[in-house]
Amino acid sequence: MGERRLQKELMGIYAVWWREFKVFQREKSRIISSIVQPLMWLFLFGSGIGASISVSDVNYRDYIYPGVLTMSVLFGSVFFGLYIVWDRKLDVLKAVLVAPVSRLSIFLGKVLGGCTDVILQVLILFCFSFLFPSVNPWGIPLALLLLLITSIALVSMGLALGSMLESLEGFQVISSFLVFPLFFLSGALFPVDDKLPVWLQGMVKLNPLTYAVDGVRGALLNVQIFPFYVNLSVITIFAIVMFGLGSVLFSRMK
Amino acid sequence: MAIIETKSLTKTYGKIQAVRGIDLNIEKGEIFGLLGPNGAGKTTTIGMLCTIINVTSGSAFIAGCNVIKEPDRVRRKVGIVFQDPTLDTVLTGRENLELHARLYGISAAYRQNRIDEMLELVDLKDRSNDITRTYSGGMRRRLELARGLLHKPAVLFLDEPTLGLDPQTRARTWEYIKKMAKMEQTTVVLTTHYMEEAEQVCDRVGIIDHGRIIAIDAPDNLKESMGGDLVVIRAKDPPVERIKALHYVSTVNFSDGALEVTMKEAHLHLAELLLMLRDVECVEVRVPTLSDVFIKLTGRDIREDGSEDSGSWVDSVARYRQKGN
Ligand SMILES: Nc1ncnc2c1ncn2[C@@H]1O[C@H](COP(=O)(O)OP(=O)(O)OP(=O)(O)O)[C@@H](O)[C@H]1O
Ligand SMILES: [Mg+2]
Repeated sequence: MGERRLQKELMGIYAVWWREFKVFQREKSRIISSIVQPLMWLFLFGSGIGASISVSDVNYRDYIYPGVLTMSVLFGSVFFGLYIVWDRKLDVLKAVLVAPVSRLSIFLGKVLGGCTDVILQVLILFCFSFLFPSVNPWGIPLALLLLLITSIALVSMGLALGSMLESLEGFQVISSFLVFPLFFLSGALFPVDDKLPVWLQGMVKLNPLTYAVDGVRGALLNVQIFPFYVNLSVITIFAIVMFGLGSVLFSRMK
Repeated sequence: MAIIETKSLTKTYGKIQAVRGIDLNIEKGEIFGLLGPNGAGKTTTIGMLCTIINVTSGSAFIAGCNVIKEPDRVRRKVGIVFQDPTLDTVLTGRENLELHARLYGISAAYRQNRIDEMLELVDLKDRSNDITRTYSGGMRRRLELARGLLHKPAVLFLDEPTLGLDPQTRARTWEYIKKMAKMEQTTVVLTTHYMEEAEQVCDRVGIIDHGRIIAIDAPDNLKESMGGDLVVIRAKDPPVERIKALHYVSTVNFSDGALEVTMKEAHLHLAELLLMLRDVECVEVRVPTLSDVFIKLTGRDIREDGSEDSGSWVDSVARYRQKGN
């Protein structure tokens, strides 16, 4: 009986994941823009500023490569989660929620779906890593692991917010007051060192994404501020907290 | 035991009493219609029975399972077509059914056969690999019906299954519903604003107003409770008292030269009545419809909605159309 029950929940998780994957495959324009946008950052912004700067003996464009990877995980994940506001508006979710599958399983299916989308995008961006001479390709698996954990955290965060939002108007607020600050205060585009004003240093250090960026940068460029275990612990805890919070809010959602 | 049994089922939203103590006994295999004006509490009642709306008080059982205490078991036993469309418009018709089959734990071995069977039932097989965004309103509704039945529910709830469809499509949709109910031996509980259609499809109807069931019976019995057929005759000085005394006449009313008689089986007795009258100018016989019953019981027409939240029916149609695109 218990086993049968578990089997049905697993099938439910798979069903939700499968749906998200189908949607991902069909929305080609979303995939393309999620690839092109980071490359634009790297080549326009990175090359522009990078012409005159290098950080820790690394060309600036290469230096921000890990930061831009994290950025695309951030945007991809949070907006994937927030997308449920739209699903709810169209009542697509209603038919799923009335099925005999627990809310936790539906939540888990959604998180896995979001992570799959985001990690596939990251893999495509990794294919361009040969354009950045300082990047060590052997560091890619570790970077991928860190980005996956980050993505679990951020998809959960997006779903948590999406469960609370009533309308799409909240989107704008969340992207200007949460997503962009998380990005700019993560050290994705600049090194977190003593040259920063103290208040800015404090904010950057409070941002869990800083540790994701630092970890990925350590893996790919061998340039890092915090020890690896600190980076890994912070983002893992961040992921656990967000997953817990998200699953609770999602279960309570009307 | 009845397949659906509720006792004093109640739902309040703050101060709004959406459903005020509903008692229902619906038998297996029945097609039951829940009829009522906008805001009467139909959708809320169905929502509670499907476990997606929390019950405020009272009890409800579906196929022996407690709706409040065993929502998971109830969910396996019911299928629902919501008032507002809920298809996944990014997926194809078949994919929508596949998603649903997996959510209901239908095993892989059996899944494709069942999906084909349902697609055939609603005549959508040739369009099953098209994205549902490209479907017409009627096709979408049919796919939703198929989806609702896919996991062989004991009870299928249909909330306004024909809302926003043109008359021909509506007629066809009812055909499907009847066919499905028969083939699958499913108990069907539906709501609709189309009285004539409810009359043709439903074995029994419950009339609900302001959250209460005010009448519940077979459509024919309800119509009979109107006292028979209404006959309006223009004639000079009718012998009102003598007509009243006739055993088949229930009520007589004469004003402005028009004699209104309600009588049983007008087709049998009208000739006799006419012999008692002089200078008959015109005769009109109206067999009562469910709409007449509705007007008598609720004091208003189901379509013109005089009371609160007027326009919500129109809103729903508009919403339906909007989503349709
Ligand atoms: N979530 C809610 N919060 C507050 N009030 C609600 C809510 N849902 C329904 N109501 C109220 O409960 C009452 C019954 O609503 P319900 O949707 O059940 O009516 P209905 O019979 O389905 O009407 P319609 O024919 O328009 O679909 C209405 O007065 C409605 O305003
Ligand atoms: Mg309704």
